[in-house]
Amino acid sequence: MRHIISILMENEAGALSRVAGLFSARGYNIESLTVAATEDASLSRMTLVTRGSDEIIEQITKQLNKLIDVVKLIDLTEGVHIERELLLIKVKAKGEERRNEVKRLTDIFRGHVIDVTDASYTVELTGTGEKLDAFISTLGKDILETVRSGASGIARGDKALHI
Amino acid sequence: MELSGAEIIVRFLEDEGVEHLFGYPGGAVLHIYDALYRQDKVQHILVRHEQAATHAADGYARSTGKPGVVLVTSGPGATNAVTGIATAYMDSIPMVVITGQVPTSLIGNDAFQEVDSVGITRPCVKHNFLVKDVADLAETLKKAFYIASTGRPGPVVVDVPKDVTAEKTKYVYPKTVDMRSYNPVVKGHSGQIKRAAKMLASAKRPVLYTGGGVILDAAAKSLTELAHLMNTPVTNTSMGLGGFPASDKQFLGMLGMHGTYEANMAISRCDLLVAIGARFDDRVTGNIAKFAPEAKIIHVDIDPASISKNVKVDIPIVGGVSNVLKEWIKQIKAEKLSADNDAAAKWWTQIDEWRSKDCLKYEQGPEVIKPQYVLDTMNRITKGDAFVTSDVGQHQMWAAQFCRFDKPRRWINSGGLGTMGFGLPAAMGVQFAHPKATVACVTGEGSIQMNIQELSTCMQYGLPIKVVCLNNGYLGMVRQWQEFFYEERYASSYMESVPDFVKLAEAYGHVGMRIENPADVEGALKAAFKMKERYVFLDFVTDKTENVYPMVPAGAGLDEMILI
Repeated sequence: MRHIISILMENEAGALSRVAGLFSARGYNIESLTVAATEDASLSRMTLVTRGSDEIIEQITKQLNKLIDVVKLIDLTEGVHIERELLLIKVKAKGEERRNEVKRLTDIFRGHVIDVTDASYTVELTGTGEKLDAFISTLGKDILETVRSGASGIARGDKALHI
Repeated sequence: MELSGAEIIVRFLEDEGVEHLFGYPGGAVLHIYDALYRQDKVQHILVRHEQAATHAADGYARSTGKPGVVLVTSGPGATNAVTGIATAYMDSIPMVVITGQVPTSLIGNDAFQEVDSVGITRPCVKHNFLVKDVADLAETLKKAFYIASTGRPGPVVVDVPKDVTAEKTKYVYPKTVDMRSYNPVVKGHSGQIKRAAKMLASAKRPVLYTGGGVILDAAAKSLTELAHLMNTPVTNTSMGLGGFPASDKQFLGMLGMHGTYEANMAISRCDLLVAIGARFDDRVTGNIAKFAPEAKIIHVDIDPASISKNVKVDIPIVGGVSNVLKEWIKQIKAEKLSADNDAAAKWWTQIDEWRSKDCLKYEQGPEVIKPQYVLDTMNRITKGDAFVTSDVGQHQMWAAQFCRFDKPRRWINSGGLGTMGFGLPAAMGVQFAHPKATVACVTGEGSIQMNIQELSTCMQYGLPIKVVCLNNGYLGMVRQWQEFFYEERYASSYMESVPDFVKLAEAYGHVGMRIENPADVEGALKAAFKMKERYVFLDFVTDKTENVYPMVPAGAGLDEMILI
């Protein structure tokens, strides 16, 4: 099953490689990984998407907790949560008909055109992974470049991952 | 007063109570060596190879419980130390390794003797640090010792660039350390312990399966008390030997691949397995699907990640073994729990029947020396009270079977990583920690050659270690597997030009003996152990084709042993 694990870590050099190294050494897979400092500059927040049986996920969370730099973690999938990913996509947009179509699709998906040339649009879109997949497949051909941030997640309600 | 980084390191070690530092100098650590030269509190021991420094520190740690401390230079100094660091990591041994590094301005430049020590050691340390500012040095060292020696212990590497050892700052010994991200659990959950105590009291065929955690957490006394209170049979892993007295009638011997028949059968038929400070390693369990198939399982371990890693556990207890066992004993007394006497009598009758197989029997004839006989005799002569270090292979398993340890911290071997070359340097560390004690290194002609250069260190420091080399001219364990599983194709397991160890020992200034006749074994051992001041290399020419029995073949269950 797919799990989203949120991790608060000491914002130290090498912290990211400890997590990445753990996953490769123990043969776990990482679907995506995002990391940045929090409002407290001494802490980083990492969102890690992985897949595995319940036993493997249990081991993953235990092994992550064992890393000295990990302060706290939560498996967001255990409760209701919000997941968002950012997509930047550059598509060929030539001719009025195609330009209008891309703009219309972007509006339908509540995205924004953030850069325009004679021949292309660059679109920004956030949402769940499925929504981004849907947008990409709806655009069909003519994609010049896609950049996805990987998922970020947060628990719904008052529950918060902090120290 | 301001001190240089190098002086801070040395002062810190002194303030931390470190008496011995195992190391080897080089460019990046010259400032530190200079600071060592100018003091007399911390004794530096010059080894002949950095791997030996880590194994020596490891042996020191295993025999005392205090962290072993190592100092090596950058680049090859650090990479040579990696095997010893990984060895300590696999067996959860507290160790602090200070590695020199090129100056911060050169890091990443492929400078002379530069490697990414933090990157290379990351997968085999409990934690590691790169110190970029001398102001952080003392605190980082304090954290390193704290992390290495608390919770589930392990090695910690502190990488110190050369310029940091030259810069000056004010030094204050940090007495305490506070880390928001590291707070190991020590106390076990009392509700879980109560459930476990009741489950043990109601079990009909229980077994205590105990490992290195009992020794690391100084819980041998509590374990013995618990076993006696509940009349429960005890088996040890190789790492756990000495955690329960081998001479106790409740002791079943070691379990696992080369465990005793009675231990492996008891595991296979028990209705309750209590794992204490052990981690269900594959060499212990054999085929995991056939491991303790009829048993409920209680698992006590300080590392939550060890619990339910390899087997599903019915009652997990996360906590320090010592703490948990004391609480357990308290519960037994408070609740007036006791073993089911009828069931226990039946269980012991069954176990005694298994015991009567005498699975470790061997016959010493008049011509060829049996390796078992050498260790059996050594054990008798040293009254089971010697510190015994071991290398890796057949001799290691025979030592585990035939040296009967009644006390913890007497048996010192590389259980997890299985590092050949461990025995001799580990024995040096033990001898430094216990200068008056009898220290024997059980080895083979293969393993000993992996760190043979340390004969020189032993000479320099006058270490009276007794090397008991079981020389069968083969890499015996490899040969045994090739005999059993590769139709006797002995690929590269025959050692065609073994040196004359007597001459070699003498060349280093030691005493060497070669023993070829069974009638001479006892006399040679007695003579060697009487030489309290001398290093003696005993080269026993043993049966070339002797195998270690019992043996559980790979993929088989523990009750599917090959017996002799």
